[in-house]
Amino acid sequence: MKRYMLSLLIGASLFFTNVSSQVAAQNGPLRIEITDGVIEPLPFAVPDFVPASGEAAQVGRDIARVIASDLTGTGLFRELPSSAYISQVRDFVAPVQYADWKAINAQALITGSVSVSGGQVTVQFRVYDVFSDAELGNGLQFSGSASGWRRMAHKVADAVYARITGEGGYFDSRVVFVSESGPKDNRLKRLAIMDYDGANVQYLTDSASIVLAPRFSPSGDRVLYTSYESGSPRIYVLDIGQVQRRVLQQQEGTMSFAPRFAPNGKTVVFSIEKGGNTDIYAMDIASGQTSQLTNAPSIETAPSFSPDGSQIVFESDRSGGQQIYIMPAGGGEARRISFGQGRYGTPVWSPRGDMIAFTKQNQGRFYIGVMRTDGSEERLLTASFLDEGPTWAPNGRVIMFARETQGAQGRSSLYSVDITGRNLKPVPTPDGASDPDWSPLQN
Amino acid sequence: MSTLTKFLMIGALIAVSACTNAGRFGKGDGYGSGSGASGAIVPGSANDPSSTAYFNQTIGDRVHFLIDQSSLTPEAQQILNGQADWLSRNGDYVAVIEGHADEQGTREYNLALGARRANAAREYLISRGVAPNRLKTVSYGKERPIEICSNEACYAKNRRAVTVLAAGLTS
Repeated sequence: MKRYMLSLLIGASLFFTNVSSQVAAQNGPLRIEITDGVIEPLPFAVPDFVPASGEAAQVGRDIARVIASDLTGTGLFRELPSSAYISQVRDFVAPVQYADWKAINAQALITGSVSVSGGQVTVQFRVYDVFSDAELGNGLQFSGSASGWRRMAHKVADAVYARITGEGGYFDSRVVFVSESGPKDNRLKRLAIMDYDGANVQYLTDSASIVLAPRFSPSGDRVLYTSYESGSPRIYVLDIGQVQRRVLQQQEGTMSFAPRFAPNGKTVVFSIEKGGNTDIYAMDIASGQTSQLTNAPSIETAPSFSPDGSQIVFESDRSGGQQIYIMPAGGGEARRISFGQGRYGTPVWSPRGDMIAFTKQNQGRFYIGVMRTDGSEERLLTASFLDEGPTWAPNGRVIMFARETQGAQGRSSLYSVDITGRNLKPVPTPDGASDPDWSPLQN
Repeated sequence: MSTLTKFLMIGALIAVSACTNAGRFGKGDGYGSGSGASGAIVPGSANDPSSTAYFNQTIGDRVHFLIDQSSLTPEAQQILNGQADWLSRNGDYVAVIEGHADEQGTREYNLALGARRANAAREYLISRGVAPNRLKTVSYGKERPIEICSNEACYAKNRRAVTVLAAGLTS
């Protein structure tokens, strides 16, 4: 628990400090073990954050709603409606009436205060383990611009999630994806970015050219993607803050595609097709220096680095059908890790390093699944006419992917699912959506 | 055929308001449809052997592939033989061969598979005497289906390599 508090403090660039607390931080029995398979979501209450002034009242309500939505959205928590409250929280520093919250079986209570001053919002919050009569961890304070209030709510929810589950949070994160409109035989595609929960959608390109498979840099400030802007697929790098893009230099061959950053943010691994054959290459972005990592007459594509940068997982049909392989980051001998029925593609290494997510095809159905990096413990999480392209939440506990429906009216949209296979749910987007990539936690 | 000649032919076509088959201008082009009453060859129409309409419709601008395959069927080879002959006779055209896949596959793999298909068609045309520098390829993977149902009838038409002609740089 201490370790999580520490990483949280280091990780957050929003200014925040410990709120002086009469109750020493302690680890209560309040705990969700995610891997255990939660049957009964943990009941919690999050009253509107107490406004320091009248103008803060609305944002105090909004912040509580986003926190509640983040937590309930995990499937691990259940919010108690405010109509059930026995006592109201009108004073952030006043002692908590534990008995009133026990009476409605609120196991966790989140209280907060919010003040608005000169375009700045300051949020303080505390988490209580009601049945231990104790605060869970220390209170924290966040400050930021008023327009960033959703991020502050997500940071509060991340802290609550981390304290109760012992896992890192994932709410203060973004998703870059391909926004889709138009009929299936003339689909318009453009890059878009949004908060992980679908809020704050922003478009990064127009739909004049086909764009595919955007991928975040390790710091989340840049995106690699493939575009037909030049007539044939080429890889571009886009700076999100500036919304400026440039083509990646020195791309030989007919087509280059399927890029991903290395964990160092300097190297890109991707596929080049020459004369009908597709292999994997690595390029140093600054110098353009390129090295060939695979050399086979088969299709080698969809490379993804291990979090320590030492290995690359990719797909190849060298055995006759698509399967997943792992090779050293510098190339060399690859070992096959997928051996089940059907075909395996689009492997993505978990940010925790322990698992590979993939798309599986078998007998006309598509599945999103996970397996250990040695190929053991394969587990299929979803099944449909067309599920494709998993991406990991920053904590390696949730996967987002695209699901396309069948037929002439077929439409693609985003879904998320826990790696336990529970809590499958759509992620709202304004139009159709595909090729999601989940950012790291924001700083 | 020089650009000027083609221009004059199109001019003539407009001048006589001749009926043509739905040709290089596609459907609803305002030129009407049906064959010429006299049976004469209308320049630029699908019964003009030097027209792109003839290439697209009579010879066939596309070949189809079996599921997850990029090898050419005997039928595909026959169509490509016709394409190669036409390209030999009409040396001022170049072509981009577009490779496509059906929707049953992951995005990256289908891009690579479309490239394999386009390249198979290109290599075959080269083997039949077409100069390599007249033939480029591009893969669209599963991004540009022409048929939108989700069954084999549509998939079979979407698994294709289409030879798209353009007036050449060499003319």
